[in-house]
Amino acid sequence: MKTNIKRIIFIVAALLVWCGSFFLVQRLLVPKYMDDLIEGALTAEYYDETTEHDVIFIGDCEVYENFSPITLWEEYGITSYIRGNAQQLIWQSYYMLEDVLRYEKPEVVVFNVLSMKYGEPQSEEYNRLALDGMELSPTKIEAVNASMTEDEELITYIFPLLRYHSRWNQLSGEDIRYMFRHDKISHNGFVMRADVRAAGAIPEPEPLADYSFSENCWKYLDMMTALCRENDIELVLIKAPSLYPAWYDEWDAQIVEYAEKNGLEYINLLDKVDEIGIDFYSPETADTYDNGLHLNLSGAEKLSSYFGNWLLTKFELSDHRTDSELAAVWQEKIDFYYYMKHDQLEELEKYGELISY
Amino acid sequence: MLFTSYSFIFFILAVFFLYYTIPKGSRWPFLLCASYIFYFIADPVFPLFILATTAITYFAAIRIGKLHDEQSAYLKANKAALSSDEKKAYKAKMDKRRTLWYIPSLLVGFGILAVIKYTNFVIFNVNSILTGFGGQPLSFVTLILPMGISFYTFQSMGYLIDVKRKKYAPERNFFKFALFVSFFPQLVQGPISRFDDLAKTLFAGNDFDSKVFSHGIRRILWGFFKKVVIADRMLIAVNELIDKPEEYRGMYVVLLMLFYAIELYADFTGGIDITIGVAEALGITVKENFERPYFSKNIEEYWRRWHITMGTWFRDYIFYPLSISTFMQKLSKKSREKLGPKLGKKIPVYLATLIVWFATGIWHGASWNFIVWGLLNGVVIIISQECSPLYAKFHEKFPKVADTFIYRSFTVARTFWLMCALRLLDCYRDVPLTFGMFGSIFTTFNWGGLFSGALTNLGLTLEDYIIILIGCAVMLGASLLSRSRPMRDRIDAMPFALRSGLCLLMFLAILVFGAYGTGYDASQFIYNQF
Repeated sequence: MKTNIKRIIFIVAALLVWCGSFFLVQRLLVPKYMDDLIEGALTAEYYDETTEHDVIFIGDCEVYENFSPITLWEEYGITSYIRGNAQQLIWQSYYMLEDVLRYEKPEVVVFNVLSMKYGEPQSEEYNRLALDGMELSPTKIEAVNASMTEDEELITYIFPLLRYHSRWNQLSGEDIRYMFRHDKISHNGFVMRADVRAAGAIPEPEPLADYSFSENCWKYLDMMTALCRENDIELVLIKAPSLYPAWYDEWDAQIVEYAEKNGLEYINLLDKVDEIGIDFYSPETADTYDNGLHLNLSGAEKLSSYFGNWLLTKFELSDHRTDSELAAVWQEKIDFYYYMKHDQLEELEKYGELISY
Repeated sequence: MLFTSYSFIFFILAVFFLYYTIPKGSRWPFLLCASYIFYFIADPVFPLFILATTAITYFAAIRIGKLHDEQSAYLKANKAALSSDEKKAYKAKMDKRRTLWYIPSLLVGFGILAVIKYTNFVIFNVNSILTGFGGQPLSFVTLILPMGISFYTFQSMGYLIDVKRKKYAPERNFFKFALFVSFFPQLVQGPISRFDDLAKTLFAGNDFDSKVFSHGIRRILWGFFKKVVIADRMLIAVNELIDKPEEYRGMYVVLLMLFYAIELYADFTGGIDITIGVAEALGITVKENFERPYFSKNIEEYWRRWHITMGTWFRDYIFYPLSISTFMQKLSKKSREKLGPKLGKKIPVYLATLIVWFATGIWHGASWNFIVWGLLNGVVIIISQECSPLYAKFHEKFPKVADTFIYRSFTVARTFWLMCALRLLDCYRDVPLTFGMFGSIFTTFNWGGLFSGALTNLGLTLEDYIIILIGCAVMLGASLLSRSRPMRDRIDAMPFALRSGLCLLMFLAILVFGAYGTGYDASQFIYNQF
């Protein structure tokens, strides 16, 4: 009996050591997305949130670069979070929303429709940026299954060591520093860029052979609509005001029709550029940092100011600024926001470009 | 299902768990199901092929066994009544009846293999002749090549021959026999088991023994280490060298010989380690297939230590029967008459040797490269035997030389490089190119490239080479240590913590330094289409 207990203890201890070692090596080798390619850290950062949100933005870079939740809070007392990633495909957006619903129930979900143009999984790199940081859950498994390209395997998302093991010869100080912690890199999902690069001549969009969105995209848009309806959430469709990639009138017409059919709000913000006051072209003061693809900080603040007002006209959203507990949480976010804004402006003045961002 | 796929790892974990949790009597039927599932996952059509070979062999063996029994019973019953000539005549009659089952079954069994594996090779050769005479070439056919078909065919046919030779009685239970043919770990790349060896533990429904189980797991880890860390990494450079022969001549051919030797050894022995380890974790003993072959001092010894079960198969089922066949006896008599007793008696042996090596060559692949490779092995063995009096004289004159470390190392290195040179036929696309590339070693002097970064242009980084070097050192160390005492015993003698630590280290080394996943073109095991 005593020998058996001893043996069991030995085996359990050995298993713990094996699992522990696996975990440590995994933590060491997975990319940390802190000093470089910070977009990879966006998904995981959501789980640090301690309070709930009125509005959740979901979509690709056209949401996490173009909307500032801090502005929405400062001007309207709206609490919001952006669950966006680089080239986040519609099914990833759907599962991001499902993931959000595991923690909170927002009043409004805002979905940027640009990703309707992609009917199939695109690339492993973007999948990784969006999904590696997602907490393990049935939702993540479904998101991975929907997103994987031909060469990918589900297990490598569950045990990322199996994907990143060959990084052993690229390890840097970042990997040690951030083995068990991460810095905050976004402002409720908003990636700040204060620099300016005005848009030049935008190439004429190439005509397409077929403008219809794929069945797969419609399926996920339907699922998103149904999920919001089931949870009593208002779904808003938007097209963010980015000059490029092209958003065709034929695409827009399909979204307009869908929104009407399903009783959803749809706002094409490209049509509101002048009303918002976004300037893409002034060399020194343009509201874009990459020739019109994304808005910079000033553009994002202008857009958020406009969009916050629009949200209030459409939905009954409360002003939470009088809630002292919530205000305290947001004050920390505001401090970090202005610290980064100041730091970026200082860098721009010193070097003429952003060095650390 | 590749051994290095995630699905295989899940599969064996599930098999281990279920095997030891179900009732003892259900364990071998469970293994049969698992084996067919394994084969079905590889391709849903594969089980039909293995089932066909199994059924043919089973029924023929049963029939032959019954005829043996009938003969024994008759002779026993009529022991006193029959004269010696009558007994002889009866035996011959029964032998003929057995042959009626035996030969067609062998023909069908080997025929399936031959049609599937060699039809296009035959068409290729016929086309060469036809086009030479201005004829229209025949179209190639698309045939499925079931995984491990050469292995299970040889294993089944070996069983049939053994039953015919009365080495053991045929297995009466069809499903047990089906398990013997299809036992999943050895389906991929052997070893080629004998029924009397495997049956002892295969059907026993072994109880869980933590020591045996841990031996199995350790062996699996060791196999994965060799395959994933060394072989698959080395393969990147090997493929680069093979794919661009016009670019990589001279010293690169020597590099290829060395790299391919490392890759093939790590790949094949790694796969066999996984096979033996999986079987062992289930309490089943599978024969060893390698015995430190690169330490062989001559080519004959090498072939006794490399792919042992294949070598012994050819020896027992082709070489010996051929050597004592009526044809060979007649040939021996004639050649002794014409060439004298000394040379005459060698002719049948040499002919049998060349036939066996021809068969070995074509077994490895349907191409002239493999045929030439097989025949060259035979020729080298014959030359080596012919030179043995010279060696004997040399050692008589210098009796102490043979025991020196330098001489022993020389013989080991000589055998190693000789085998490496022969293996070039396995690398290049045809025989003339292979000879041309080998010749370039002596005509293209580009050794300076070794010192100007040539190695890092082969798809491997300096870090990769360091890992391969460390991996080879570990393999070499394990081989050297196991000469005096098996590694298993050495590890068993270590304290639990150290033992677990070593396994953990191996596990992490595989995980981190393995050449697998996206970014690597993880190869199939070289032998699994044989």
